[in-house]
Amino acid sequence: MSTASVESIKADSRRLRGSLLQSLADPVTGSLREDDQTLIKYHGSYQQDDRDARETRRTAKLEPAYSFMIRTRTPGGVVTPQQWLRLDAIATTYAERGLRITTRQAFQFHGVIKTELKATMRAINAALVDTLAACGDVNRNVVVAANPLVSRTHAQVHAQAAALSEHLLPNTRAYYEIWLDEERVAGSGEEAEPIYGDRYLPRKFKIGFAIPPTNDVDVFAQDLGFVAILDAAGALLGYNVAVGGGMGATHGDAETYPRLASTIGFVEPRHVTAVAEAVVTAQRDYGNRDVRKRARLKYTIDDRGLDWFKSEVERRAGFSLLPARPFAFVHNGDRFGWSEGEDGRQHLTLRIPAGRIVDGRLDGRGEDLRHLSGLRAIAALLDARPDESADAEFRMTPNQNLVIAGVAPTLRAQVDALVAEHGLDGWRRASPLRRNALACVALPTCGLAMAEAERYLPDFVAAVETLLARHALQDAPIHLRISGCPNGCSRPYLGEIALVGKAPGRYNLMLGADHRGQRLNALYRENIDEAQILAALDPLFADYAREREHGEGFGDYLLRSGVVAIPDRDRRDTAPFPSIPIEIVAESLA
Amino acid sequence: MSSSLALPATPLSNEQADAVARLTQDLDARGLWWLSGYAAGLASREAQPAPPLAAPVRGETATPGRISIVYGSQTGNARRVAEQLAADAESAGLGVRLLRADEYPTRELKHERHLYLVLSTQGDGDPSDDARDLHDFLLGPRAPRLEHLHFAVLGLGDSSYPQFCVVGQRIDARLAELGAQRVLPRGDADLDIDGVAAPWRAHAVAAAKDVLKPSATVTPLRPQPAQAAPAFGRERPFQAELLVNQRITATASGKDVRHVELSLDDAQFAYEPGDALGVWPRNPDALVATVLDTLGLDGDAEVAHDGVALPLRVWLGEKRELTKLSRPFIASHAQHARSDELNRLLAPEHAERFATLLAEQQVVDLLQRFDGGWSAEELVAALRPLTPRLYSIASSRKAVGDEAHLTVAHVEYEHGGQTRWGAASHFLAARDGGARVPVFLESNDRFRLPADASRDIVMIGPGTGVAPFRAFVQERAALRSAATGRSGRNWLFFGNPHFRSDFLYQLEWQRALKNGTLDRIDLAFSRDVSRDAARKVYVQDRIRERGAELDAWLRNGAHLYVCGGIAMARDVHAALLDVVAAGNGGDRDAAEAFLRELQQQRRYAKDVY
Repeated sequence: MSTASVESIKADSRRLRGSLLQSLADPVTGSLREDDQTLIKYHGSYQQDDRDARETRRTAKLEPAYSFMIRTRTPGGVVTPQQWLRLDAIATTYAERGLRITTRQAFQFHGVIKTELKATMRAINAALVDTLAACGDVNRNVVVAANPLVSRTHAQVHAQAAALSEHLLPNTRAYYEIWLDEERVAGSGEEAEPIYGDRYLPRKFKIGFAIPPTNDVDVFAQDLGFVAILDAAGALLGYNVAVGGGMGATHGDAETYPRLASTIGFVEPRHVTAVAEAVVTAQRDYGNRDVRKRARLKYTIDDRGLDWFKSEVERRAGFSLLPARPFAFVHNGDRFGWSEGEDGRQHLTLRIPAGRIVDGRLDGRGEDLRHLSGLRAIAALLDARPDESADAEFRMTPNQNLVIAGVAPTLRAQVDALVAEHGLDGWRRASPLRRNALACVALPTCGLAMAEAERYLPDFVAAVETLLARHALQDAPIHLRISGCPNGCSRPYLGEIALVGKAPGRYNLMLGADHRGQRLNALYRENIDEAQILAALDPLFADYAREREHGEGFGDYLLRSGVVAIPDRDRRDTAPFPSIPIEIVAESLA
Repeated sequence: MSSSLALPATPLSNEQADAVARLTQDLDARGLWWLSGYAAGLASREAQPAPPLAAPVRGETATPGRISIVYGSQTGNARRVAEQLAADAESAGLGVRLLRADEYPTRELKHERHLYLVLSTQGDGDPSDDARDLHDFLLGPRAPRLEHLHFAVLGLGDSSYPQFCVVGQRIDARLAELGAQRVLPRGDADLDIDGVAAPWRAHAVAAAKDVLKPSATVTPLRPQPAQAAPAFGRERPFQAELLVNQRITATASGKDVRHVELSLDDAQFAYEPGDALGVWPRNPDALVATVLDTLGLDGDAEVAHDGVALPLRVWLGEKRELTKLSRPFIASHAQHARSDELNRLLAPEHAERFATLLAEQQVVDLLQRFDGGWSAEELVAALRPLTPRLYSIASSRKAVGDEAHLTVAHVEYEHGGQTRWGAASHFLAARDGGARVPVFLESNDRFRLPADASRDIVMIGPGTGVAPFRAFVQERAALRSAATGRSGRNWLFFGNPHFRSDFLYQLEWQRALKNGTLDRIDLAFSRDVSRDAARKVYVQDRIRERGAELDAWLRNGAHLYVCGGIAMARDVHAALLDVVAAGNGGDRDAAEAFLRELQQQRRYAKDVY
């Protein structure tokens, strides 16, 4: 769809209402009208269809098997056990393909049909979760470090993130009118949108909060990143502010590219909202609304200059940013198993392959799983013991995994039993490669996918594991990411090894990022199939096995050995700063 | 093909009559109709009015020396028998007029002298749709005394139903009651029609000759009517090439419905929307093998029956019904199997269980369940002849040219661990592109688009009943582009179990709505109930919901069409009554009268099965 038409759809939509009600009521098709397909994104949903069935249905004179994906707005990926049970019930009742944890700490429901869309939205809202602005040209789900080591600081940061998410919500009442049958009030259709104006943002906007030494949120991939700076005791001093990150690109179009955010200063916690609003409104006013592929903040900054942007932000915020503080990231993956917070509460991080939680064999492939019922059982356990579970939370990680947080020590054994009984302890047996691998959803539901990602992950990981084993590298903690297309929803450009889909069965092979989310990778081979990918990796693994330095990551090795060359603009290496880890790691059970 | 051949006393000289006979000998129905119009046009240029040549005689009294043959036919069988009788009578030198029951002018009845009726009984004792009015008239108080009438009745029916041939019985009894004179006993023909119909026809012709004593000087205008029949027909089907056999329900659907496209090149199939295609199936080899195996018979053994000798395998595969049971066969098998259980089922008090047996079981199931020996000859004699199945044509020649499209529900199910099929639906479903399918045209001029293209139409066609409406919409779309006047609106009611998998021709209907060739559509997907709904929703529910608007359309002259299952048509009729009654202040009798009037005006047509 052309930029002009998206912009006019927004402007003419009466604050995101469009003709959604009529579209929902049309019984002849499972689709929305075209303009409404754009607008429903702002309500947290995408129209999709089963791409596996497209051709068969067309020859059967049937329209595509339309359905809707609904994505939650869950800042920092946090839900209570009660909310988990409600969302699980919604997945079972209205959706297909279980529950999906995204790389932005949100839930996705797939396969909701149009006639059940409203009921599903109502059910989600009844769980005290909403889906507002989960998609569309607005601020998206705010991500927050999920594997913190300091519980108190995490709570503080999370609270700020949640408040910011609320603050940046569109003001329109459309959502409540359409899904929750709330009354139209005076001014309905012309609500003031002080932050977004009547055409919202030029494109999506992503905010993340990182808490060093973990960079699980990949803070430099965000449009606006906040890096928490802690003092020696682990208390929150404030945040470094980084702007202009973004993953998306278009194959073969040099005008589009991934970019890492640039740090522009430091703010105290009380200034977070003001800075965020300043960045968002500056992007609103200066972002490219003529050429949609150049609309992200990263291009606004590259077009107009970082210094200019920083002054614009300071002007709008009404204060100057302080000098950025030093910090260090050790890792952007998840740390699996149990960890204990400062307050004695236990946190269990489970690996959820590609974030997909199902029972049974999805699409008739793979193992017969019991993950959905397992997590339901754990949530029910916590829900049944409120006195011990006042702080219990389910936290989705930006790596598509799940932390069962705030578990009272008295419940730990039972949680472990349920985990083992339902096969949720796969992380124990999984290789580091397998544990860290990410994949976007891609087929059969994503309309943009050029190749498989989530459904291909198990087979490809197995193939690479075999290859690694040949070089005695089976324990190498390599970060692998697969995306079905260059939009990069699995943050592939930050993968030590990445596949970016180009055509069915064919990918671009990217290599050389670090394992901290501070260096982009580079294109190594273009448009190749699995056999060629493995053939390309084989000699590199051999060299790595032979020549790596102690503790050197695969991506770092490739850079050092000259296999890839990464320009400075694609690196945000910070000076190492001795962090004072306050952690007690207990990965094995007694 | 014309269904009414009226032969008034001729004003032509013998030479002129010969010339006309030669001219018309090779004309088919279309040609004859054209000729009549041409002649009428010529005639109207002269000042004198003249009766049309080949149109049914109306307003004229029944000619003394002529027999009237009236038929009431639902699927074409009674009509065929009546046509054969007409041909036989003409060959014998008799004057004949052949009329469909709803075209017979009842006010002429008291002048009628010699009347033969061929009437079929539907389902549980109903007359065919085209005979309902005549049936009600004859049985009602306005029927005149008929002391001067000679008559005979041949009834067609299905002994599987309790009220076998009851319509023929009623009419036969009633005419006698009105004082008319029976010239031969009533015939009651079961599904093996010719067994009864052929001798009855012979007797009927003989009796008519006796009574009317035909004059030798009467020269029929068409001395050899039988030979001028079209090249292809029921007994001589055309081998149509299968072009497309496409499943149009999604894989997830419980139903397997096929869109079939057949090539009718060179076959002169000038069908109109509303017509049906008859398909002659063959039974699947697997089924034949199972029957042979169950009875321990040799498929290659030659069996002679009625002057035809064929291997048993061919009899079973191509000439005999193996899927549908019939009462006579069950009765025979009860003997062969010496089965008390089966005999009990045949008794009238078990009619309901018997009906279930008929509905759920096939010949092979009976043979397997009840052990009874049959010889090959006995089997061939006892099984019913294979009949063609009729499918409403789902296309308009204006849209698809020399093709006919069909919408076929493939009947396939498991029974006792074995697969069972519908004969014709499986025959079609199992054919690949390029295969030949024996077909013939079965016109249905009771199911036609309005002649006036500005009339609105309401089409009610759930499931495969939607087929003729695809033809209607295609036809009207083609007419619309050629037309200059106002085009009537088209309104479709469709239903099936699931929206996602059973919305037959969904893309085509969406396109039609978009380009205006379909104005309204109302949908009822019965298994897609919302989680709050208490019950399933069917087309009749939608009819009631749209009652006010529907009533307005009807009062504005819209034509109403219903196609599909009998039970559905009944439910739809009830809903239509509700709708009309709601519109007239609650007067149900007036509503009944209104719908009846619509039927008589040919504005309420049904194609039900």
